[in-house]
Amino acid sequence: MPETSEQARTGETSRKVTRRKFILGVIAGGGAIAAASYKLITSAVHWQASPGERLITLDVNGMRRRVDVMRQETLAWTLRYKMGLTGTKLGCDRAECGACTVLIDDIPQYSCSVLTHTVRSRKVTTIEGLASPDGKLHPVQQAVMDKQGFQCGFCMSGFILSAVGFLNAHPHPGRAELARGVSGNLCRCQDYNKILDALMHGAEKMGRA
Amino acid sequence: MAVIRDVMPAFDLLQPTSAADAHKLLQQHGEQAWIMAGGLDSLDWLKDRIKKPKVLIDLSGVDELKGIRTSGDGIEIGAMTTLTEIANSPVINTRYSVLSEAVSVVASPQIRNQGTLGGNVSQDTRCWYYRGGWPCYRAGGNTCYADTPVGRNREHAIFGANRCVAVHPSDSVPALIALGAKFVLLTPKGQKVVDAEDYFVGPEIDITNMTVLQPGELLTAIRIPSTWAGARFYFEKIRDRNVWDFPLMNVASAMFVSGGVIDRIRLAVSAVAPRPMRLKHVERAVTGKPAEASTGEMAGRMAVEGAIPLQFNAYKIPLMRNLVKRAIAGVQESSWT
Repeated sequence: MPETSEQARTGETSRKVTRRKFILGVIAGGGAIAAASYKLITSAVHWQASPGERLITLDVNGMRRRVDVMRQETLAWTLRYKMGLTGTKLGCDRAECGACTVLIDDIPQYSCSVLTHTVRSRKVTTIEGLASPDGKLHPVQQAVMDKQGFQCGFCMSGFILSAVGFLNAHPHPGRAELARGVSGNLCRCQDYNKILDALMHGAEKMGRA
Repeated sequence: MAVIRDVMPAFDLLQPTSAADAHKLLQQHGEQAWIMAGGLDSLDWLKDRIKKPKVLIDLSGVDELKGIRTSGDGIEIGAMTTLTEIANSPVINTRYSVLSEAVSVVASPQIRNQGTLGGNVSQDTRCWYYRGGWPCYRAGGNTCYADTPVGRNREHAIFGANRCVAVHPSDSVPALIALGAKFVLLTPKGQKVVDAEDYFVGPEIDITNMTVLQPGELLTAIRIPSTWAGARFYFEKIRDRNVWDFPLMNVASAMFVSGGVIDRIRLAVSAVAPRPMRLKHVERAVTGKPAEASTGEMAGRMAVEGAIPLQFNAYKIPLMRNLVKRAIAGVQESSWT
């Protein structure tokens, strides 16, 4: 980032660079370098003969973004390490915990177990894309804030996306139904009652909205 | 298992958009090709670096393999139809509800949203020695690590073991057998239709495969005839946790009862043997008998005859006896011992 000596003196810029922005910047830079090195290594041996593009367009959170994706890359990997969308968490990387849940064409799926190349023509929504463009949180997100639904929060984005996907198809669930709807997500803090309280509150808010 | 490593090793990803193209690619690449449906079984293997295919053929873009259609007097379910779609299908819920019950208890909601019926029936066994990359019989070696005095074999077979003691992990298969389903395969010689129970192969015939599907062949659809539509169904799955877990055992039955007497019945149990078992001898024995607890008791005793438990799975014998009893007489009929 270019800095004028004026800014450097006052420390204005460094205050503006938050921890989160700094980390995202590092990821984006690293991703670009890593991607370039893959290209150098692989073009000589393997990929030359293979059909299809590695540079693909993904529809993530309503934006169409060009990204360089290896054939064997999972969606969770692409989202986190190529696109900087680190709200999607990797827990087990085995479809056994739910932390990586995203919506693919509005249906909850484990992004750790989807190859990125298979969602080229699909609509992907991560936790970053759930709020409306003006910054207003999704009712379920707001409910989680209001009810302080999560303890450590690592599983939170997965839980919220599972709940949103389920609620879109089943607008007025009972508590047990909603529990079954988000049963593909684990919370290691064992905070399930509070999580369900918050998600039920979100369901009510969605019904009202 | 569950260890995050780096990105999987490289493979070529081919994404056909028609069944004919997929079939052509399969023949082109023969044994080097790996078919991926939902990907939940496939990616486990690839992430663990235990299977290392050169070419991955992804069927997710083949729309003609998706969806539920009426066919003849029954229905045809495309092999790439997701388990959630099947669980929500009105025709399956009303006429073949044993199948919707079975697919609703597979793994977790997200897995049902992604996993397909074709993949569910064609998945590999979950014996952890085998999945963990141990060089067992099924992996082409000459030892079974589960069938030793200290082997962890609580989930393994009590029937049909032949060197390998792993069981078939599918929940949909017993229901499909009870419904008399037929599997439609695309082979180099054209279309081939096999009965549900004949799609699976035991270790005495082919120890490295669970199904009759050969390289170059593709499972395209599963047909369900109307023969058992609206029958009295029973399905039950036993597992440790209510989500994710594969069955310790499951049972499915379809029967027609008239005047309190069993007219016709089909009965299948899985996760007790390397292939899903259709209990034909029990079916024959209970036909013409009243659909009540005494018949169930008899059927249960008959079903477990000849079972050979391993060190840690003897509990499967009373479990199977009771599940078969319930499948015939229902849960409420008597007290359970």
